[in-house]
Amino acid sequence: MEIAKSLMIILLTGILTENFVLSKFLGICPFLGVSKKLNSSIGMGAAVTFVMVCATLATWPIYYGILVPLHIEYMNTIAFILVIALFVQLVEMVMKKYMPPLYKSLGVYLPLITTNCAVLGVTLLNLSKEYDLLESVVNSFGAGLGFMIAMIIFSGVRSRLETCDIPKALRGAPITLMAASIVSLAFIGFGGVIDGIFGV
Amino acid sequence: MSYMKEFTKGIIKENPNMVTLLGMCPTLAITTMASNALGMGLSTTFVLVCSNIVISLLKKVIPDTVRLPSYIVIIAGFVTFISLVLQSAAPEIYDSLGMFLSLITVNCIILGRAEMFASKNKVLPSILDGLGMGLGFTLSLLLVGSVREILGSGQWFGIQLAPEFLEPMTLFILPAGGFFVLGVVIAVVNRLMNLKPREIGCHNCPNAESCHGACSVTPSSDKKEGGNA
Repeated sequence: MEIAKSLMIILLTGILTENFVLSKFLGICPFLGVSKKLNSSIGMGAAVTFVMVCATLATWPIYYGILVPLHIEYMNTIAFILVIALFVQLVEMVMKKYMPPLYKSLGVYLPLITTNCAVLGVTLLNLSKEYDLLESVVNSFGAGLGFMIAMIIFSGVRSRLETCDIPKALRGAPITLMAASIVSLAFIGFGGVIDGIFGV
Repeated sequence: MSYMKEFTKGIIKENPNMVTLLGMCPTLAITTMASNALGMGLSTTFVLVCSNIVISLLKKVIPDTVRLPSYIVIIAGFVTFISLVLQSAAPEIYDSLGMFLSLITVNCIILGRAEMFASKNKVLPSILDGLGMGLGFTLSLLLVGSVREILGSGQWFGIQLAPEFLEPMTLFILPAGGFFVLGVVIAVVNRLMNLKPREIGCHNCPNAESCHGACSVTPSSDKKEGGNA
């Protein structure tokens, strides 16, 4: 029960209070670049969640099984980015061959994810918080879900922006960033919610 | 003369951050203080120059099919180097940059310059290009960082500017303020340089080629999708 509770706290923290995009600023490029349509937001969000969880499953054992015993922890950035790049490539190939419909909806986003700082970020974050494997996976899942929720909300906001008459200098990126600022402001409202639910 | 142009183009005309809209994550995340912005900008410049040198030297050796992973490994090597140096030389900057120091690896400005410039040019122009782009990035980080620090905590580089009785607008050092300030700064740059409205997206992403225009599913870049198909 204690474990379930602590896992729930990690999950909800990742989704709401420490939302990856809106409070940690990881994965801004896909967040602003792909959030124009609801469909692509969901696709990108699902792909990121999937890769995050799998990257954690791959990098956690590498860090604690290989880098720590050899005392080369400082190599983590290089090792992780290689593993993530390799893994994304592998998933893309497998998906293309065996799951063409899934590839069509998710696969197109995969190459984008290799250089997405959210994926490398979540693996490094798990290390700095010293989570065990289960906690790391839950944290990655929460981070991915949080990313997806932020993208879905934001695609709704942006669809309204399309029809607005915006001053010329603000068109494009500036107004998008300002809209993101308002959404981020809304997420500050989740501040005490975790403590409220679990009475920590 | 042309060398001079390679150097200066990155600072204003093709500023990677304000004009090309790359490297948004660090621009938003570490600009709560001007000193962090400076540290991040200079670290990125260092990595950018070094990786540009190595990549332009190795451009004939690296096979085309595995060039992106090779670039990333080269970049990650220099990132590890600079974070070890900072850890011992400037521990307070190392601590406040935290994870974002490692995340220089996936900064699309560096990969973008590798792909678009260093892999096609000789060493000297690549160095100048890296220096110019790095300084341009540093300047825009410093600009955003200064605005946020002055408004958000009444200080600049830790020096108290606003009188004590004025309550600083904490909102500006919160994430929401980061998005807002960056939006305003880009809008001002658009206005001053009379630029066309641009979205953050694939058309300026250096990886667009390798991902076959994955985000051209968005309506704005329909034209591009047609071109790729």
